[in-house]
Amino acid sequence: MEKLWEGSRAIAETIKMCRPKVISAYPITPQTHIVESLSQLAADGDLVAEFINVESEHSAASVVLGASATGARTYTATTSQGLLLMLEVLYNIAGMRLPVVMTCANRAVSAPLSIWNDQQDSFTARDSGWIQLYAEDSQEACDLHLMAYRIAEDKRIMLPVMVCLDGFFISHTFEPVEPFEEENVKQFLPDYQPLHYLTPKNPLTFGSFAEPDKYTEARYIIHRTLEESKMVIRETAEDFKKVFGRGGGDLVEDYFLEDADFAFVAMGSIIGSLKDLVDKLREKGEKVGILKIISFRPFPGKEITTALEGIEKIAVLEKAVSLGSGGILVKEVKESFYGRKKTPQINGFIVGLGGRDIPQDSLENIYREFHQGSGDASFVDLNYELLGGK
Amino acid sequence: MELTLGLVAGPGTSRANKTGTWRVERPLFLNIKCVACDLCIMLCPEGIIDSNNERYFADLNYCKGCGICAHECPVKDIMMVKEEK
Repeated sequence: MEKLWEGSRAIAETIKMCRPKVISAYPITPQTHIVESLSQLAADGDLVAEFINVESEHSAASVVLGASATGARTYTATTSQGLLLMLEVLYNIAGMRLPVVMTCANRAVSAPLSIWNDQQDSFTARDSGWIQLYAEDSQEACDLHLMAYRIAEDKRIMLPVMVCLDGFFISHTFEPVEPFEEENVKQFLPDYQPLHYLTPKNPLTFGSFAEPDKYTEARYIIHRTLEESKMVIRETAEDFKKVFGRGGGDLVEDYFLEDADFAFVAMGSIIGSLKDLVDKLREKGEKVGILKIISFRPFPGKEITTALEGIEKIAVLEKAVSLGSGGILVKEVKESFYGRKKTPQINGFIVGLGGRDIPQDSLENIYREFHQGSGDASFVDLNYELLGGK
Repeated sequence: MELTLGLVAGPGTSRANKTGTWRVERPLFLNIKCVACDLCIMLCPEGIIDSNNERYFADLNYCKGCGICAHECPVKDIMMVKEEK
């Protein structure tokens, strides 16, 4: 039976089912409720795990790195400044091929200080070697966490997975969620069997020194494995459907794309707002659809071009910006089409930075202007008064 | 040699990695004015200077050419010379 849970609680209950042995985290808004719940579960004995309190996110990431190297299943969660503080360790976790799973409750990055949602934080970690999966709602966030452990611990992959969910929009919203049955979870996710693990009886070095004659190959292997992980993510999603009877979790997901001439491409909770808009536009007979990107790393270039085949105009919406360059997701979508005989018109729109609302009117404006005219790709809904009228 | 997953290795990798290739200059032990004070042995950050009854020498497989031995030698009996091929 479905439960009405706050997103954070739903994720904590899912992590409990995944049976991590070591959890370490430092509280930071909007991730706090997740680790608060887990801390309580561990203190009450409802979750048999070591919950290690630390003085910073750098330490939290280091603790799960070390614990994972001893062969334990691990979990951490953070956001924003915390993720940036972890960044150095995140590269190490991926390089050492440790199957850590973490939640990023997406939040804007300082300065200016903002505790509200966008996706700048996890976008900044996109080159670290972690698999990054983005959730649309609480249910999908829960499902992706369970899949994340399976994907991370797959012997063909052995890479960390970051499940990204929009801070507040998912973490603090109460939604009905189908809880997991212990029996099904154990069938889907058996206990973790490490390939190598640290023990005093058998000393090992993880991520040992590589001279210039080996470093390139070590990095190439991670890149190649991420490419191969696309297949494993798809397999895992199919298996998930078999065991739990609900879908989602593939690399991308389409919504009314079949006969569409216009498509939105986006990630995360904004998909919900877009679906409402598309439903409304479809009622009026407009041929518009959505491509939801679930896996940002590995980047599903081929799956994107296949899903968007024949579509004339594509609006890529993203809650992040590479300052001095522009949209990040839009460039990768454009790159996927490069070299093809017929390429659609692709424009990028930067929306919802630092928690700014994305009302349906704004989304509809993007559609109208771009669908009928050129529609300048840019920051959406800028308040020119704040910019001195320019 | 195939790379292991995550470059996991047994102990002793710092011995296997011959870091002497980083060197630009090598220490030349003149063994003329040497007073056998052993300062070079004690101050070498890599711990790769040794001596026998005749002379002092560095293990060039690992010497990175930092020059601390030459700088600290009280009788200036160690010279740093360019590595040239």
